[in-house]
Amino acid sequence: MMRIWATIKIAGRALRRNKLRTLLTMLGMIIGVGAVIAMVGIGNGAKAQIESQIASMGQNVIIVFSGSMTRSGIHTGWGGAGTLTIEDSEAIVREIPGVTVISPEIMSTAQVAAGNQNWFTRILGEGPDYFDIRQWPVVTGSPFTPQDVRGANKVAVVGQTIADQLYPGEDPLGQIVRVKNVPFIIVGVLKAKGLSVQGQDQDDLIIIPYTSAMKRVQRVTTLRTILVQAARPTLLNPVQQQIIELLRQRHKITPGKDDDFTVRNQQEIADMATAQSKTMTLLLGAIAGVSLVVGGIGIMNIMLVSVTERTREIGIRMAIGARGRDILLQFLIEAVTLSVIGGVVGIGAGVGVSQLLAAKMSWPTLISSTSVVYAFFFSAAVGIFFGFYPARKASRLDPIDALRYE
Amino acid sequence: MNAVIQLEDIHKVYHTGEVDVHAVRGVSAAIQTGEFVAIMGASGSGKSTLMNIIGCLDRATRGRYLLDGTDVSQLDRDDLADIRNEKIGFVFQGFNLLSRTSALENVELPMLYVHRHLPGREQRERALRALETVGLAERADHHPNQLSGGQQQRVAIARALVNQPALLLADEPTGNLDSQTSIEIMGVFQTLNQQGITIVMVTHELDIARYAKRNVIMRDGRIVSDVPVSDRLQAETELRRLRDAQQAVQLTV
Repeated sequence: MMRIWATIKIAGRALRRNKLRTLLTMLGMIIGVGAVIAMVGIGNGAKAQIESQIASMGQNVIIVFSGSMTRSGIHTGWGGAGTLTIEDSEAIVREIPGVTVISPEIMSTAQVAAGNQNWFTRILGEGPDYFDIRQWPVVTGSPFTPQDVRGANKVAVVGQTIADQLYPGEDPLGQIVRVKNVPFIIVGVLKAKGLSVQGQDQDDLIIIPYTSAMKRVQRVTTLRTILVQAARPTLLNPVQQQIIELLRQRHKITPGKDDDFTVRNQQEIADMATAQSKTMTLLLGAIAGVSLVVGGIGIMNIMLVSVTERTREIGIRMAIGARGRDILLQFLIEAVTLSVIGGVVGIGAGVGVSQLLAAKMSWPTLISSTSVVYAFFFSAAVGIFFGFYPARKASRLDPIDALRYE
Repeated sequence: MNAVIQLEDIHKVYHTGEVDVHAVRGVSAAIQTGEFVAIMGASGSGKSTLMNIIGCLDRATRGRYLLDGTDVSQLDRDDLADIRNEKIGFVFQGFNLLSRTSALENVELPMLYVHRHLPGREQRERALRALETVGLAERADHHPNQLSGGQQQRVAIARALVNQPALLLADEPTGNLDSQTSIEIMGVFQTLNQQGITIVMVTHELDIARYAKRNVIMRDGRIVSDVPVSDRLQAETELRRLRDAQQAVQLTV
């Protein structure tokens, strides 16, 4: 043990001798480890935010989209073709047991105006249960009622951004907002949600009864989506299956033909989103990993130079009784010291960079302790892997030749 | 008798390409404790090869070699390293000190590879004592580039002595030194030898060999002459004579 400690001291002294070279070699590791930490941090942050966003979609939610992914081989996309009707949504509530609430949904964008202010925003047509399903409470005022929906009343619930933009310093409740020149009375303001993963302002929207949206704003007869909430998680699959059967029957789709709608439950959407973010994390990590390998090659390069430069020293040490193993250990410890110090500084740099990104660009980042521990041991492994060949080369030198080396 | 070195029919053959080079062709010799032997010979006589074998840096192709009672002919690389560490102290022509490392740390170096490790303080004490023996204790924290050639060679001798070896092995120890410093180094060797240390020295300088007690001359891989030195030089007297001569030509005041 004493011998290992003494060897570490020798390695430290050798590294201090060539400060600039040591620093530059470490820089390779610092950049590599830092990049991995920062990239994985960004990936994990995105994943965590997607997950929380999916959770905020509500519990046990099934979404029926009009249009199909593959209709006659043409991808129209979700919500692409208007095939869902109000009658469809009513049939789902009426005929499928286990469905608690439902919200038909249509969506558009429009220029809105209030007084002398105007703003471009998203207009969502929803049912009164939308706020429950999404677990998105109205903090001032109240949501619209089933009566408002039946009467296609001109009432609106607005997001925090709309309240701030159109009525700065005023109480928006009871005020008039004109959507495509149709005046709506504001009855409630939603709780602020902030930015989404894509950087979209989730509070920049106006929610009105879907009937009002269809008849008064967009003048359409079909829905974009239907949000369905099942009573229990175990009912998700049977309810989803029953919706498909019901809608195929209602839309008179003969067996063998493709659906003209798409049904997804929340779990599927969550799985897709997390799979996507996992791929992104993996990709970012892999790109950063390349720089880590380059850092390792830098260590190997400098260790090979060092072994050649110090051939005579190796010869002296061997002549006075160093075993091959002592020499191997000396150079291996030198390489590992380079990579581990580089790794530790790199972890610090990576954490710093990801926090800077989080603060300056409001990118969500998440540094997990496991990724730090992995990075530490991985950098040690890089040192051992790339330091082994030069160290072995040193340990196999013939003492007579090494002593004669000029 | 107590032989430090016992060589029995030592052969060394190098296989270089198609030709086998027979560097040492059957050397038998014994060196007793307390001897001071100079091995001489022209280049290619096999003296360096024999030196490497005696120093356990190389193994004989054939023959038996007992060092301090241990048969080292069949030992592997690691065991030879341990033998070098315990039983042999090397002094080289080019000093071979670690640069940018203080004299004291250079002398401590062999103790790093000792199996039963000494505490740091005892290492320092032993290294300092070894430096005292060669008269360099006050330069312990000097680096090799701050020392003269003769001083560097003294540090190397101190390093060779620090593990209390059975044998001090010197390879052309005066090859890089001027004549006065050479005599000084021979003086150090003679003092150490008087204290009972066995010294084997390879040299090609006849007058340097005359400071030893016994001269072995090699030619074509064989020992051709092995005689005690009759007109042995004493470093002290030679130094005095040199100074007188220098004074005569007014090199020194």
